[in-house]
Amino acid sequence: MKQTSEHFQDSARVALARTEARERMDLLGLFMPAMRDAAVAEVDFEALREHVKRVKDHTLDNLEHYLRQFEEQVVMNGGHVHWARDASELNATVLDICRAAEARRVGKGKSMITEETGLTEHLEKAGLHVTETDLGEYIVQIAGEPPSHIVGPAFHKSEQEIRELFLDRHKLGRRQLEDPPAMVAEAREVLRERFLTADVGIIGSNALIAETGQTLLVTNEGNGDLVSTLPKVHIVCASIEKLMPRPEDALAQIRLLARSAIGTAVTAYTSFYSGPRRAGDLDGPEQYHVILLDNRRTEILGSNYQDMLACMRCGACLTHCPVYIGAGGHAYGWVYPGPMGSVLTPLLTDLEQASELPNACTGCGRCEEVCPAGIPLPDLLRDLRADETRAKITPARWRWGMKLHGWLARVPSLYQAFTGAAIAVLSRLGRRRGGFRSLPLAAGWTQVRDFPAPQGDSFMRQWKRRKKEAGHD
Amino acid sequence: MSREHKPHVGFFVSCLADLFRPSVAFSAIELLEAAGCQVEVPETQTCCGQPGYNSGAVDDARPLAHRVIEAFAGFPYVVVPSGSCAGMIKHHYPKLLAEYPEWHARATDLAQRTWEITSFLVEVMDYAPTVSPLQGRKVTYHDSCAGLRELGIKQQPRKLLARAGVELAEMQATEVCCGFGGTFCAKMPDLSEKMVDDKLNNALDTGAGVLLGGDLGCLMNIAGRARRRDSQLEVRHVVEVLADELTGPAIGEGER
Repeated sequence: MKQTSEHFQDSARVALARTEARERMDLLGLFMPAMRDAAVAEVDFEALREHVKRVKDHTLDNLEHYLRQFEEQVVMNGGHVHWARDASELNATVLDICRAAEARRVGKGKSMITEETGLTEHLEKAGLHVTETDLGEYIVQIAGEPPSHIVGPAFHKSEQEIRELFLDRHKLGRRQLEDPPAMVAEAREVLRERFLTADVGIIGSNALIAETGQTLLVTNEGNGDLVSTLPKVHIVCASIEKLMPRPEDALAQIRLLARSAIGTAVTAYTSFYSGPRRAGDLDGPEQYHVILLDNRRTEILGSNYQDMLACMRCGACLTHCPVYIGAGGHAYGWVYPGPMGSVLTPLLTDLEQASELPNACTGCGRCEEVCPAGIPLPDLLRDLRADETRAKITPARWRWGMKLHGWLARVPSLYQAFTGAAIAVLSRLGRRRGGFRSLPLAAGWTQVRDFPAPQGDSFMRQWKRRKKEAGHD
Repeated sequence: MSREHKPHVGFFVSCLADLFRPSVAFSAIELLEAAGCQVEVPETQTCCGQPGYNSGAVDDARPLAHRVIEAFAGFPYVVVPSGSCAGMIKHHYPKLLAEYPEWHARATDLAQRTWEITSFLVEVMDYAPTVSPLQGRKVTYHDSCAGLRELGIKQQPRKLLARAGVELAEMQATEVCCGFGGTFCAKMPDLSEKMVDDKLNNALDTGAGVLLGGDLGCLMNIAGRARRRDSQLEVRHVVEVLADELTGPAIGEGER
């Protein structure tokens, strides 16, 4: 996927100018948090979050051990494990498996990992016919767009846009698609045939279970099960940090995931995949492959960003983030948007190209508050800004501005003399009107709001004067 | 109460109150004294270092943290009329100085002594302000993010306002950020504009004529946007109301 994170602000401006889309995003920003809050209130969120965090920390600290255990179990169950250092290795491995199986058609379940590696494009270039079978993913696939949200890929599209898309792309003759159920029924009809004719099914995973070698997937549409059981080859693509020691650990996480993601206690489907069809099984694939992607996760492991590897991709931080709601998911310019994306994108791609993202944050802390993995997102974003300063990616005027401020504020007498004089002038100029419509060095501020004028002399000047008058000095 | 029994408070002015709104600092001191405290203002204080810390210039912020730690050594209480500065001292100094054991110990000690003003007045002093002239007017309150999420400040200002007879008309999404975010508002003005407009619209939807809050950064942002939109909304810091310091112009308002 071509990355456009460097154009974050331009893309955000475009999104902000589209009134109707903006209003839909505003609704999302009200509706999703309300759903999540209600669902989370049913459990002891803090205790569960604490528990899952402890398990996840332990797993990450012993990742090599659990990865080995997982691999052994998958092999024992009759499956194959493939290791992919980066995106191109994962894509090549999948293509090799497809070619060996003489596959022509591929059905995919929703998987952010394969978005990360650009798998669909890779397979299509090689001549395979690939269908996304998650409804949201299917919509953005036929629209030729990337997902705008990690749970609801087509959240940005209106009902009318989807209707027009279906009427245009599906060659089904004359019909109206008057309401969403009609549209869903049509998608189901189109997709049904794809499920039945796919040679290879590819899904992601919400958790890899070391003890049993199972992979866990939650969906609401059941499409994950269909692409996993109908085609003769089943491929699971997951990144290495998805590991959990035992089934009960994975389920504890799911209790948080469903509530945080869509505001329900459980998803409609919770599936454990254990391997290929065994003798006597009525259905299931002939081959079962798990591809484990690193793609720089081992660099994050042991760094001050390790907490980010606990992310369970629920998307709560997205819909709770006022910057995401304003900018929209596409502005972030890569696979992962919102606060979690603003941390992951620079770490998994390039800090310089993604340098806007860690700055797309007011530090309001709402993301950390709702994060079911307890990730200190504002701290990690601040750390990335510090990395940008150290690498001199931050514009020079900001770096020098902060340096100057730091130097001045270190010497109270100098600071007070300088600010006292500057404030007196500023106050004299602006007091009558109350503020400034424009001000040198404050263009960003005054572009959209007045700059309130100082009341008068600085507090320190007035305080010292009062003390002198009172005879204390 | 004899002088010895009065709680000894070191007052941290905060740079925005110092430079733009001294009446916030004077009001806070007045309230602390009315509540029975003995207040001192160390004159070697400047800025808590938030601008540098939050924009990634941690090396420039660290010496400022040292300064504050030194200036406020020995006070049993340090009180700040800003949730974000108090949050900086209580939560972020120990992180900022984590690799310097001696400073870290001093930072942790300061963190335990530091209070945001409304929580200090309610939780430590159990203070009851006099009845406010704002009684009977429609007033709304913006919860600033740092105070709310780092320090749990939500009921404290409301309690004080209720004791002063001020009834609040709560706005929708009062806990959502106003789009200030320190340097964010200058770095990303378009997104900031959207957020502050949402805030302003929610405030105006309550029919309130006055918006109060506990952090000058947010208040200057909201007031600045209100002026730009020619809205008549009066924006003030909560301590100004509690101390009856209402004669001067509201934030961003001209002299009448």
